[in-house]
Amino acid sequence: MEERPISDVSYRKFIQEGKLMGSRCRRCGKIYHPPRHFCEECFGTDMEWQELKGEGELTTYTCIFVVPPYMAKEGYGRDNPYCTGVVTLSEGPRVVARIEGVDARNPETIKIGMPVKAVFNRVGEGEEARTYLAFRPA
Amino acid sequence: MRGAAKGVKGGPVMAGKRKIGRGVAIVGAGMSNFGMFPDKDSKDLFAEAFRELMDSVDKGLDPRDIQAIWIGNFSNDFFVHQAHWGPIIADLTGLAPRAVTRTEGACASSTLAVRDGIMAIASGMYDIVLAGGVEEMSKRTTEEVTEGLALATSPYEGDAGFTFPGVFGALANAYFHKYGAGREHLMNVTIKSHENAPLNPKAQFKQTIRDLMEARKEKARKKGLPVPDWADEKEALFDPAFNPPVAWPMHLFDCCPISDGASCVLLVAEELAKNFTDDPIYVVGFGQGSGRGLHACPSLTSFEANRQAAAEAYGMSGLKPRDIQFAEVHDCFSIAELIHIEDLGFFGEGEAYKAVAQGETRREGRMPINTSGGLKCKGHPVGATGVAQMYEVWKQLRGEAGERQIPGRDLYVGATQNLGGTGGTCTFTIFERR
Repeated sequence: MEERPISDVSYRKFIQEGKLMGSRCRRCGKIYHPPRHFCEECFGTDMEWQELKGEGELTTYTCIFVVPPYMAKEGYGRDNPYCTGVVTLSEGPRVVARIEGVDARNPETIKIGMPVKAVFNRVGEGEEARTYLAFRPA
Repeated sequence: MRGAAKGVKGGPVMAGKRKIGRGVAIVGAGMSNFGMFPDKDSKDLFAEAFRELMDSVDKGLDPRDIQAIWIGNFSNDFFVHQAHWGPIIADLTGLAPRAVTRTEGACASSTLAVRDGIMAIASGMYDIVLAGGVEEMSKRTTEEVTEGLALATSPYEGDAGFTFPGVFGALANAYFHKYGAGREHLMNVTIKSHENAPLNPKAQFKQTIRDLMEARKEKARKKGLPVPDWADEKEALFDPAFNPPVAWPMHLFDCCPISDGASCVLLVAEELAKNFTDDPIYVVGFGQGSGRGLHACPSLTSFEANRQAAAEAYGMSGLKPRDIQFAEVHDCFSIAELIHIEDLGFFGEGEAYKAVAQGETRREGRMPINTSGGLKCKGHPVGATGVAQMYEVWKQLRGEAGERQIPGRDLYVGATQNLGGTGGTCTFTIFERR
């Protein structure tokens, strides 16, 4: 049983370890991603960690051409856009994450409803190295 | 606790049950020009708005009668590195040491100022309140402003590389997929806003799309470059050289600009309103809701905060969507206008894009939307926007909107819808002329 406190800090640490974790209400069983302290459904306060399979389908997306500074650092820009989107997981919750393995320069080729699978990518070097969550066509 | 748990999912608990305790009216309004003003700061802009407000009170205003101030500001802390704008505005207007409170609800900050002012008057605490907003954004680069605005997205969206336009791009794709709409339908919103704005002397962009196409052709001719031969506005808007992508399918002309500006209204207890003017505008309903970000929205073609706000305001006023004759809605991005006018019940779900295509939201249409030119063309100094929307409704209801006055009908009921962040805060306010 995972004993870390239910929090965004723990959630982000799990991502660094390549794990997609949500929270499950011990009272009513509802699963949340990202994890929540309290259950929206029954207002239960007793939550436990729930590992998610990382399988789902693409619910919507956008391709970003005017990029924020932290994505420019990865080499993205007007001529090299990236795709990000909303994935509905097989367990029910939704995730916002980068979508890779698609042609962001031709956004109309990307299909809503396509099956996708989570991947954990390592970027940066030394102290700046970090892992981020993305989804790719399954 | 009757129905308490059902309130969130099954419709607002408060709807139809809470009435305003004491009526409130707007008896004066002012707004600065909106645009990018290198030589004006937030104080200059608010002074411009307050000066117009004082002149707008038909029977005159002694500013010493104002008892308290609420001022909306999103993030001048970031944009001009100065926080705590309440006392600065109190000092500017000569109203110090009266109480002043800053409200923050991202792009809905100044509607929250009005809401607090209404509640203060309704409670009996004050009788006469100044409420407004200000934002000064253009001193920063576009990248910095984008970063500043992104402070108001949901934290998880930033992690995933979402920008503000990106969130609305994702909503647009969901809307397209669900209803079969396309970019050409978003263009109808943009073209309409650009038709209204030239009639608004305070608007940031006063050109129609055709004006801008002609200007681009002229520039090409002068430079000896190939002259574009677009057949119409949509052909130009489909041309990435004229309208480049920002966050697909959001393109440059789907997005509101970076702006500076200020706005304010004078709120008074209903029983005092006729001391100030024979033509007050009464606040008959207001509502506010909160939203949770893309990962938790029950629908990606609607804002849950809008639905909460609308249910509250309709319930309070006893009015229905069909009673609203015109509205200013928060078109920070073209898709937002379509979603709002469905959420507010003006059009059915999946119907707005068709109604806009048929011209129903134009000034002459059945349901004029954003006669001011909207955020797209009037400009969007975020903290000033909500009250600037009210300024337009005040002008239209009193028949003072000049060339952009809605033609051919007596106006009695108008409304404003204001959105903060990516839907984290939404408000809906209904105004009536009696």
